Amino acid sequence: MEHYTMNLTLKVWRQKNTDDRGGFETYPVKNISSEMSFLEMFDVLNEELIREGKDPIAFDHDCREGICGMCSMYINGRPHGPWKANTVCQLHMRAYKDGDTIVVEPWRANAFPVIKDLMVDRTAFDRIIQAGGFISVNTGNALDANAIPVRKDKADAAFAAAACIGCGACVAACKNSSAMLFLSAKVSHLALLPQGAPERKTRAMNMVAQMDKEGFGACTNTGACEAVCPKEISIDTIARLNREYMLGAATVES
Amino acid sequence: MKWSELFTSSVGKKWVMALTGLFLITFLVVHAGINACIWANDGGAMFNDAAHFMGSSWVIRIIEIGLMAGFLIHIVQGSVLEIQNRRKRKKGYAVAMGNKGSTWYSRSMGLLGTLIGIFLIIHLSHFWVPNRSHQGWLLGEELNLYEEMKVRFQAEWVVIVYVLGCFSLAWHLVHGFQSAFRTIGVSNKKYLTLLNTAGIAFSIIVPLVFAMMPVSFYLGWI
Repeated sequence: MEHYTMNLTLKVWRQKNTDDRGGFETYPVKNISSEMSFLEMFDVLNEELIREGKDPIAFDHDCREGICGMCSMYINGRPHGPWKANTVCQLHMRAYKDGDTIVVEPWRANAFPVIKDLMVDRTAFDRIIQAGGFISVNTGNALDANAIPVRKDKADAAFAAAACIGCGACVAACKNSSAMLFLSAKVSHLALLPQGAPERKTRAMNMVAQMDKEGFGACTNTGACEAVCPKEISIDTIARLNREYMLGAATVES
Repeated sequence: MKWSELFTSSVGKKWVMALTGLFLITFLVVHAGINACIWANDGGAMFNDAAHFMGSSWVIRIIEIGLMAGFLIHIVQGSVLEIQNRRKRKKGYAVAMGNKGSTWYSRSMGLLGTLIGIFLIIHLSHFWVPNRSHQGWLLGEELNLYEEMKVRFQAEWVVIVYVLGCFSLAWHLVHGFQSAFRTIGVSNKKYLTLLNTAGIAFSIIVPLVFAMMPVSFYLGWI
């Protein structure tokens, strides 16, 4: 694709801290290369703001190669921007043309309070994992690889679910702010493998209980989560979570 | 898990919505089947026989209580979920996501359900309430329901309200049918594809059969 430069208008959510009301600020950005990533465009803008003695825009980022799950911008009404199966850091400016206006907001959910500007607190996900997203293993020497037989299709499905990077786009996209796609990915990943069997009956129950406690909503199977997931976690995993939940709920005595 | 968590945990509530929803779907089949007797071309004899069976049996009357419970639980639980879910995002987005990723009807189950609820009240006041009160609420003599339908469906607004009610039901079912099966744990793609197709067919056929009843009377086809 031919290289080009563009001038854009950014409308960015600015908020000093969790308690601040916050509001949109408009920034014109000039000479943006079509080969920059979306975050690099923000770097350019931030350097400009720093030069002017202003507060740079706070946003989460880490690996910048689409695998860490830190970047989290809601761009023109879609988490992670317009491209399918993509994170913000992997969104490139060739998605835009000269003169475009881009509105950038943080993830919105009560369970993800804004820390500053476009940064939100996603530690609720950590607490959900602590509630059940683990397996118990004996310490000591590592087991031989492939010592436990695993069916190929199950291994593949578990691996597909394990691709979840915990970015929270599913919550940001869901009209109910539900974290069910995140939970279902983690539950599927472990429930499909023999290593996950000992905690299987309580895992989904405990994780759902924690999700409810954190203030996420309930799932209504609209599919918005699946559509924006950078790792293309299927909504079918939510059906598996529902089943895993009832498997535990209907059989565990307490 | 305690049984009470079926009504307090988010996934428990989903299960209740799905199970009552599927129960109400079976009711739709029975209701549409019996009412289809109006097209027997016998001046309503077959339909009134079927209606008499439904109105004169203790067994059916007890099942009717179960049906009311099913409706009530589905409506109350659905309303509670809708209100609670809306509260999970106090600060909304400036640019809405809209149809990027989900369909309007899957996001509008609360609205569609409310419309169906309003229709249900009108519908019950047209047939169920007058008939039951005529029976002394127990097993007395029923009204001639075929004649009742014939009279009711002469009014244009009644026909329009019924067709709109069926329209709301159709969209509610397009999402609800397959969503209910997902909620009770069907994750196998082979079955999901089948249920999706069956759901769309059901959502078209059943509401269409219902909608044709007032239309048939109004246009003098029967």
